[in-house]
Amino acid sequence: MTEAVIIGVGLHPFGRFPGKPALDMGADAVRLALADAGVNWPQIQGGYIGSYEVANPDAIVGRLGLTGVPLRGVFNGCATAGTALALAARAIETGEHDLTVAIGLDKHPRGAFAADPSVAGIPSWYGQTGLFLTTHFFGMKINRYMHEHGISHETLARVASKNFRNAAANDKAWRRTPLTPEEVLASPVLNYPLRQFMYCGPNEGAAALVLCRADQAHRYTGKPVRVRSTALRSRRLGAFEVQSPSFPVGEPVDSPTVDASRAAYELAGIGPEDVDVAQLQDTDAGSEIIHMAENGLCKDGEQERLVAEGATEIGGRIPVNTDGGLLGNGEPIGASGLRQIHEIVLQLRGTAGTRQIPGTPRVGYTHLYGAPGASAVTILST
Amino acid sequence: MTTTQTPVAEDLFTWPAGPDDPPRLIGSECADCGLVSFPAAPDCVRCASTDSKRRLLAGRGTLWTYTTQNFRPPSPPYDGPDSFEPYAVGYVELPGELLVEARLTEPDPGKLRIGQPMRLTLVPYTVQDDGTEVVTFAFAPAEEETP
Repeated sequence: MTEAVIIGVGLHPFGRFPGKPALDMGADAVRLALADAGVNWPQIQGGYIGSYEVANPDAIVGRLGLTGVPLRGVFNGCATAGTALALAARAIETGEHDLTVAIGLDKHPRGAFAADPSVAGIPSWYGQTGLFLTTHFFGMKINRYMHEHGISHETLARVASKNFRNAAANDKAWRRTPLTPEEVLASPVLNYPLRQFMYCGPNEGAAALVLCRADQAHRYTGKPVRVRSTALRSRRLGAFEVQSPSFPVGEPVDSPTVDASRAAYELAGIGPEDVDVAQLQDTDAGSEIIHMAENGLCKDGEQERLVAEGATEIGGRIPVNTDGGLLGNGEPIGASGLRQIHEIVLQLRGTAGTRQIPGTPRVGYTHLYGAPGASAVTILST
Repeated sequence: MTTTQTPVAEDLFTWPAGPDDPPRLIGSECADCGLVSFPAAPDCVRCASTDSKRRLLAGRGTLWTYTTQNFRPPSPPYDGPDSFEPYAVGYVELPGELLVEARLTEPDPGKLRIGQPMRLTLVPYTVQDDGTEVVTFAFAPAEEETP
């Protein structure tokens, strides 16, 4: 089977862009990715595009060029970009295409996501009575985790502070004002124990990748980034997951993150000890802490010491969310995971500027998680 | 003067409850594999059976985790009062049955702890335009020594 490599990345800044349609942000990101790869839009043979707010994101061809290219819309909630990349890579691996794109774009209104529970197959009373909120799931999961594994409120604050500091060094990030752990701990509680500055917010942005066959990469770049594996998993019965009116008693069942992570490591023939830099879904500071363990990067409870030691900082043993993560960038759902890939590609190329991790990183890892209990993992390498 | 009350949904919990008839959540049990579900589910997510029977769930359990809701949820779907009062939510483990998500009557996280005994109760959470109180289920901290 032919291997797929990433030869171009493009990122429209994440934030608020009044008057700018999501499709235009997406087109900007694609043009950046095409220029980075040194290819033209008419050369693209196929692609996958994801968005939450735009019903027909494939209408982007009206901005990029009406070449007849098959551009397929995909959606898996917060894991959407994992699917777009996986399928864009698969189309190359199977020999269907030689050059593909993965695109994500979104433009969310301010505030928490609001939807009728019926979209998740849940009765109306769940929403009427104030239970249909993803944010309080995150509060409940980290509260239990802190109780079981001895994680402190200060560690939550340190994680948020790190991501805002990383975002401050990233001119495409949204929240670029550094905050000390003390300032994070002084912000109001939204869902105990999580505070305002421990949560990411839905916003706007776009990202795009250009992929090609590994054996043709030399035509475009001297530093292709290999797509070593992709995995998507949905929740299994017994796992504690977002938007669950109830779940069964019994032995704890692993989250879809754990399932996707194990599958991705196995497919890649790469272990957690080989990962040089990681982008983990930090919907909130607690999620980053839990996801460190769920992705095999540490054991449950070790985060307390690792975060205190700075192990997840740029320059630490296992840097996490070097571009500011979701906390620093916000979450345009369709684009968020491609923003993660963009950062890993820069880090593996050694072109991440002031936030470049030291040494010669070879393996990068990205992870997404969201409603209704779905996780996507991608492992990349030089 | 009496206040009229109505449940937020039919067949979610026993209604009306009386002093000698504490409320119970209405779940279901798979007739083939025995999996307990709440709310009652016609199909089993473990064995895919379509044969289920009604089951009243235990009215007592222990608090497995909790959080607070300190901002007013978006409306729709939330239909609570405009004047928002923070509330707590949690998962309560009903032994041998399931863990159920519910509002908690105690809004102060400092007065909640994982493992604490809880009992089911019903609470009005909003009032309709005609003055009818809409009732939902919630769990209240229970004294350790109560039978």
